[in-house]
Amino acid sequence: MDTPFNNYLKKKMQEKDILLMTHIVLGYPSWETCLQVVETMVKAGVDLMELQIPFSEPMADGPVILRANQKALEQGVTVQQCLDFARKVTETFDIPFFIMSYYNILFKYGVERFAQTLKARNLQGAIVPDLPPEEGQEYLDLMKKHDLTPVLFFSPTTPDSRMKYIASLSKGFIYCLSRKGVTGADTNFSTDLASYLSRCRLATSLPLALGFGIKEKADIDFIKGKADIAVIGSQTIRIVDNEGSGAVGKFIRSLR
Amino acid sequence: MKNRGYYGEFGGAFIPEILVATFDELVDAFEKAKNDPSFWKEYLEIMSTYSCRPTPLTPAENLSHYFGGAQIFIKREDLNHTGAHKANNVMGQGLLVKRMKKTRVIAETGAGQHGVATATMAAKFGFRCTIYMGEVDVKRQRPNVFWMQRLGAEVIPVKDGTAILKDAINEAFRDWITHMDDTHYVLGTACGPHPFPEMVSYFQSIIGQEARKQILEKEGRLPKRVFACVGGGSNALGIFKAFLDDPVELVGVEAGGKGLPTGQHASRLASRDGSIGVAQGYKTFFLQNNDGQMKETHSVAAGLDYVGVSPILSSLKEQGRIRVESATDQEVIDALSLTLKKEGLIPALESAHAFAQAFKEAGKLNRDDLIIINQSGRGDKDIFTIADAFDDPSWKEFIQEKAHGYTL
Repeated sequence: MDTPFNNYLKKKMQEKDILLMTHIVLGYPSWETCLQVVETMVKAGVDLMELQIPFSEPMADGPVILRANQKALEQGVTVQQCLDFARKVTETFDIPFFIMSYYNILFKYGVERFAQTLKARNLQGAIVPDLPPEEGQEYLDLMKKHDLTPVLFFSPTTPDSRMKYIASLSKGFIYCLSRKGVTGADTNFSTDLASYLSRCRLATSLPLALGFGIKEKADIDFIKGKADIAVIGSQTIRIVDNEGSGAVGKFIRSLR
Repeated sequence: MKNRGYYGEFGGAFIPEILVATFDELVDAFEKAKNDPSFWKEYLEIMSTYSCRPTPLTPAENLSHYFGGAQIFIKREDLNHTGAHKANNVMGQGLLVKRMKKTRVIAETGAGQHGVATATMAAKFGFRCTIYMGEVDVKRQRPNVFWMQRLGAEVIPVKDGTAILKDAINEAFRDWITHMDDTHYVLGTACGPHPFPEMVSYFQSIIGQEARKQILEKEGRLPKRVFACVGGGSNALGIFKAFLDDPVELVGVEAGGKGLPTGQHASRLASRDGSIGVAQGYKTFFLQNNDGQMKETHSVAAGLDYVGVSPILSSLKEQGRIRVESATDQEVIDALSLTLKKEGLIPALESAHAFAQAFKEAGKLNRDDLIIINQSGRGDKDIFTIADAFDDPSWKEFIQEKAHGYTL
């Protein structure tokens, strides 16, 4: 597939032995810090970013991201503010940005309007963890219509036949969950994980992003060659919480 | 993913990829059980020997006389083991867990009734058991926490979000996402992703099957109306299902809290505040803001203050097959007080919502009309809340003395 986004990924994958995708919760801990964190991450060489619109019921998120969602909402963060912030970062920084959120946010905003807005604000696509493709036909069609990338998931419990089905609907890359459980918990980087990733590789020719539980260089070293993109979610939120946004750049540079 | 369980536009299975295989397994196990006549037999056997099925249909002669209208009958789900209709669902799912050869169960609980019922089932079948309960509800329903712990369950207070039922559901899902290999999530109401709405109402349908038979045997005719409170909707669907094809008006009663105009309520269908959304794995009416963020709810009854409602009830409401009303906290306390004095029955605060609405209507019906109220649970568990509502001075004195005894 020769979309500009896939060409971007290909080019980056030729330059680096693994790409990094990071995650922030919009409006947490503040809009000012969010902007600093994005800037720091881009400067430190992050290749892609997920911008999470907070939701009151983030079912797949563990304690770190869950509390960031809640805190942001308590501070009055709205969907409109999140989309405005997204426009600001796509205008300022030259990497692909994805909106990550739960389906109700899209549903209430209007899925068509959501897709139009993402396109108008130069976002690359969306990641919606509680929308399996069977429920997401309208979403997949509209994302396609507006030339956006809807990222779908593989998990270790996904059978081979279903991986093929999901791959047939996917664009850009596949988000592979490293394990059972929610975001932020520890992952055992083991031979099981390696054989799961080779199963993912057989099911698709798209690049594989591996997420959940990646915290340090050793984790990234383990997945080099097995996956193409490492996703860092909870760990950078922990670092901003504990050491401030300034510490994020050093952390990202330490990873590869 | 197989059949996704839609009722009109409501329902579905909006689940993370990691749970798809688990849901497929559950759908299979449930379908097999439903098609196996020995399963329902086994279910009836355990409900008649471990719980109190069939539960009686009690003629409420004094209340009928007091209102001077319809003859009131009360379906006594409070006489189930652990004091509520929750046992019907929990024992049914317990039998499924045995078939799936899982060894651990988890559950959310609001009022604590579903948690206690799950803990008894786990004790009986030898499953490990973890119950998630919002911290606010832990405080409101402390006696039930005590019993769950004595029954061997681990009770985890949930401090996130609004710290009530919906937050306990999120936390139970997070546990399940991690431990699905040996764990079954015993969802307590007819909500959540498919197959839960269908499965829970299947087990609860025993209420209506009995009630319909009982009223026909006793009175030789169908009731004019059936009243049930609506939290998630399991007791309402349980009693409604058997009457869906009959000329019987089905009335669901939601928590009106401090009154619908105050916004402090949990009326998703009866108020204008509910709108269609997707959360906790299914599509239905939710109390949410324009961004899709869930709102805080309020009810004197912990078991009714849930932001969503069964997709099956949303669909029946949209079709005009059921009517949905609301009763305020004060109306509920008054209805409870009257029922205590006139009939010597102690409905739970949740169930008292159904009584409150039935009392508004009974006097306007004819003497040969029959109505059934589903007493979904007993009120003993609510002693602290009810004593506060009655502002009972001698009870306060007792609590103060008791507390003093512990500090010495």
